[in-house]
Amino acid sequence: MLKLDNVSVNYGAIEALTGISMHVEQGEVVTLIGANGAGKTTTLRTITGLLQPRAGSITFEGEEIGGKPTHKLVARGISMSPEGRGVFANLSVRENLRMGAYLRKNKGEIAEDMDHAFQMFPRLKEREAQKAGTLSGGEQQMLAIGRALMSQPRLLLLDEPSLGLAPLVVHTIFEAIDEIRGKGTTILLVEQNAHAALGHSDRAYVLETGRIVMEGPSKDLAADPRIKEAYLGE
Amino acid sequence: MPTLVKRLLAALVIVLLLIAMNSYMSEAGLFGFGVPPYYARVIMLAGINIILAVSLNLITGFTGQFSIGHAGFMAVGAYSSAYLTVYYAQAWERSLGGMVGGSLAHALIFLLAILVGAIVAAVAGLIVGIPSLRLRGDYLAIVTLGFAEIIRIVILNIDKVGGATGFTVPGYTNFLWVGAFAVITIVIVYNIVHSDVGRALVSIREDELAAEAMGINTTHYKVLAFVISSALAGMAGVLFGHYTSFLSTNDFQFIRSFEIIIMIVLGGMGSLTGSVFGAIVITIMPELLRQLPGDLSRYRLVVYSALLILIMLTRPQGILGTREFGLSWLKRARRRPEGDKPVGTGGVPIAEQEPPSAIDRAKEVKNQ
Repeated sequence: MLKLDNVSVNYGAIEALTGISMHVEQGEVVTLIGANGAGKTTTLRTITGLLQPRAGSITFEGEEIGGKPTHKLVARGISMSPEGRGVFANLSVRENLRMGAYLRKNKGEIAEDMDHAFQMFPRLKEREAQKAGTLSGGEQQMLAIGRALMSQPRLLLLDEPSLGLAPLVVHTIFEAIDEIRGKGTTILLVEQNAHAALGHSDRAYVLETGRIVMEGPSKDLAADPRIKEAYLGE
Repeated sequence: MPTLVKRLLAALVIVLLLIAMNSYMSEAGLFGFGVPPYYARVIMLAGINIILAVSLNLITGFTGQFSIGHAGFMAVGAYSSAYLTVYYAQAWERSLGGMVGGSLAHALIFLLAILVGAIVAAVAGLIVGIPSLRLRGDYLAIVTLGFAEIIRIVILNIDKVGGATGFTVPGYTNFLWVGAFAVITIVIVYNIVHSDVGRALVSIREDELAAEAMGINTTHYKVLAFVISSALAGMAGVLFGHYTSFLSTNDFQFIRSFEIIIMIVLGGMGSLTGSVFGAIVITIMPELLRQLPGDLSRYRLVVYSALLILIMLTRPQGILGTREFGLSWLKRARRRPEGDKPVGTGGVPIAEQEPPSAIDRAKEVKNQ
């Protein structure tokens, strides 16, 4: 579905990604783990067109999307929950969700999807009319994910959904990720929380200083002694 | 159908009101109750400032793009239309007057001048907007400031429009024109803000990256808002030029741009009624301060600045914030405003209120 082939990205003279190759297949949850500064966010930003790849190709369903502006990807079926959540602080929860469906016209379907989002996160329903900026971090993350789903994406990109959240909120978020996957949406999950990410994904890539150093089924990686030592703290 | 009738009725009432106001504005006035020219002038300038503030609010308040070049677009509108009225209007008016009568010809020519001013200003906005709206925040502010000054200096060096000696322009503008176009501006901006386009603009203000992630072509919408805003500023420029009957580039220095910014900041960025209110306050306040007793009136500009500082200290979000003033306000004021504050019972933030079972579940996850 999504394929990165030998992608390199520079910030000025500094090479941030060196020849990254990875792929995400229909129906999978694939996670990209790595420490701070490994290039996780850079990878996601390159996929979403915020950064231009210096070399290599990025294809989505067979079509080249490298360097395409972000807003064009939404119409193709890719949706992103940006790093740091990026909810519209002065809009209500309901308005935020409505913005997620900006490109869609069918009001009935939009209302249905909004109900789905509220079912997935009952918390949001309680805060429906509240300004998003007044929500807690966890609720904002739920809103960001709910909003990203409102465009009915085939591929959902999640950037550090657990960042800065209390463990039990992280648990809720990952349960939601399982639920989204159960409905058939493909997910590329970028995470620092390797433990949770490996527990809720099919395959994983490990990124270190701009290179993919390991890849494989999440179960195998979670059992790998090197991963255990470096990322799981065991 | 009923809404259409309602709207037509509202338009009719507004037009009648404007005509009454307009005849009241002359010295002799309606049934002999006129307004002295000084007050008439303050009211006229307030009307023009409303157009400027409301249009700037579209780009700065609703879209969140800080532009300090509004006076430049006003100048473009003023000078381009004045060029038309000074060099061509009389001849056209004579030939058109033969066909439809003098006063209608007069009105049509001025309407044309307003349209030309708005279109030329819109083109200027497009030329400035396309490259500069890729910039954000402070950078955009500096670029718009620079462009406004360039526009002013260019005009200063065109001898055809008077250059440094100024440009004498026919005084077409009366209160009817200013009032009508103030209403039109408010209606246009209100409709934009309450449309799909408006939601896109507000989302850009809130978080540009997230707006982009919603599928919104942010550059396109920013340029669109900037062009509309410039066109409306150009319109205000036309009205201003044909009111004062004399154009000098000194009227369009950056201090004028700042004045408009002060109006919307004072009234509340992102509030239409706020910018109308801000425009009126900023126009009237310096005049009111002339009435200060004795020596104090000599320091009125100091008092004016101090008042501005005081207002901003006590209400940094502007007098109305992002809210709108309306009839619903009075009803809502009785109830406690909902949805503004996080409601945690006993002052505990929501995130920390978890049922115990959830904590147990989380522990399980941790121990996996």
